[in-house]
Amino acid sequence: MSAASHGGDGVQRRDFLVITAGAFVGVGGAGLVWPFVDQMNPSADVLALSSTEVDISGVAEGQSITISWRGKPVFVRHRTAKEIEEAVSVPLADLPDPEADAERVKDGKDQWLIVLGVCTHLGCVPIGAEGNRGEYDGWFCPCHGSHYDTSGRIRKGPAPANLEVPPYEFLTDTQIKIG
Amino acid sequence: MSLKTNNVLIKWVDDRLPIFTMMNHTFIEHPYPRNLNVAYQFGSILGVMLVLQIVTGIVLVMHYTPHTSLAFASVEHIMRDVNYGWLLRYMHANGASMFFIAVYLHIFRGLYYGSYKAPREMIWILGVVIFLVMMATAFMGYVLPWGQMSFWGATVITNLFSAIPVVGDPIVTWLWGGFSVDNPTLNRFFSLHYLLPFVIFGLVFLHLVALHTKGSTNPLGIEIKSPADYISFHPYFTVKDFLGFAVFGLLFAIFVFWFPNYLGHPDNYIPADPLVTPAHIVPEWYFLPFYAILRSIPDKLLGVIAMFAAIAVLFVLPWLDRSRVRSATFRPQYKWFFWIFALDCIVLGYAGSQPAEGIMLTVARIATFYYFFHFIVLMPLLGWFERPLPLPTSIAESVLGSGGTGSKSAAAPAREKA
Repeated sequence: MSAASHGGDGVQRRDFLVITAGAFVGVGGAGLVWPFVDQMNPSADVLALSSTEVDISGVAEGQSITISWRGKPVFVRHRTAKEIEEAVSVPLADLPDPEADAERVKDGKDQWLIVLGVCTHLGCVPIGAEGNRGEYDGWFCPCHGSHYDTSGRIRKGPAPANLEVPPYEFLTDTQIKIG
Repeated sequence: MSLKTNNVLIKWVDDRLPIFTMMNHTFIEHPYPRNLNVAYQFGSILGVMLVLQIVTGIVLVMHYTPHTSLAFASVEHIMRDVNYGWLLRYMHANGASMFFIAVYLHIFRGLYYGSYKAPREMIWILGVVIFLVMMATAFMGYVLPWGQMSFWGATVITNLFSAIPVVGDPIVTWLWGGFSVDNPTLNRFFSLHYLLPFVIFGLVFLHLVALHTKGSTNPLGIEIKSPADYISFHPYFTVKDFLGFAVFGLLFAIFVFWFPNYLGHPDNYIPADPLVTPAHIVPEWYFLPFYAILRSIPDKLLGVIAMFAAIAVLFVLPWLDRSRVRSATFRPQYKWFFWIFALDCIVLGYAGSQPAEGIMLTVARIATFYYFFHFIVLMPLLGWFERPLPLPTSIAESVLGSGGTGSKSAAAPAREKA
């Protein structure tokens, strides 16, 4: 091999070839892997179902309905004055996951509580039927005994966080869009 | 002989599970002829293609639905909605064609250099078995999108078995799981299309065990005699094979990105209709030579027999070829007949793509006759009549000139880095 092809420091043309070829194989390989990973993410038709509109005019005070959004239950509860009072009056210091009721409802629409019906412990659907709403008048999860209050906040049991409030907006007084 | 390493963990594992010793044996110790040329690329390319087909296939199954009412729509769902679904499906569909391009070149390499001859008959026979399973896998995969070509291809190919006397019709009913190609057929094809690639994987393993027992052939067709005749797989053939992957990958990419449907048939984008057969149905290109043989025989049963015999004859090729010389390089007559045979296969492929009538039917018949004439008549006779050229005394001498016949050190410069 001629002297021109390698410098005095012992670096050879072969070293350059190995490093550049290796780098290209690495980048190309990573580029090839990505489609195989990304194909498991939600497809376009699944993403297209990401918002749901609901008419809530039929839900009387004290009643609750469950609707499906992205394959999960969403609780829409028309709270009574007593339930709102219970939710507002609790000192934040008593809550495992402190959050004011006002942060969990829309301004001026505090009779409507809209939360994901998914227990923050391990994902079961809490029970909110009349007479079986747990110790705090909200929901009770039968799987591992978590109790939620009338604002959907965790009060007792293994769940670490409050029931999640999904993104939603009031299109009219009786029409909501979730997602 | 044994593994040389100071790594404690490698030693610990290797002592209990000798995978490192096995890898060392395959890539470092096992002798590979130093003169392997570009024709010897395709084995490793086929290995890569098999893995790629399995990986893309597993991923496609995550989005595909094997039901007559949903299959076609689920393939369109893959094309339009699934992230990179178009890429994965085009890679899988064109990958099948690339797989066959590589396997045909691999087979013709074997025919040219006499790779099938003693003592390597088992490598060859396992290869023909792999080829057959590949064909079955490809055929059943083509049925899954449930387009018009899928449906009618499945109907025609399964009906081949109806040519069998007496039990033909019950066998076809059994294959279908009904009285026509329908949902039960689609479901069993889907099941088998998922299974067979893993069967191929196992067969490839046996193919390699047999290969490493007797060693690779080489373009000269003479055995390794001294250390100067061979080199290790790594780094020499790893680099050579990676270059092969790059070039073959470019060809693959050209089809996937620019001509993804060139090798397919537009009618397969029409959902399957059991009441209407397309005007001109053809199999995928890689089946065309065999399809031409099937159609060139005017009798139903004999046509099917001829088609299967066209592959079966490969099993007995090691005993049909009576020549003691392996490589066509030293067989002046066989070399010509090899190329005529290769041309004959291309003619058969073209004839298979055309309607079986008029001049093309005559051409197909002549080509079919020659196909069998080559194996059954020419191969045994050439062994008797051909006068082979003198063989070189060693691989090293042929590659390095007469100076290379000496000790290992004479060949050393080629083995050094840089």
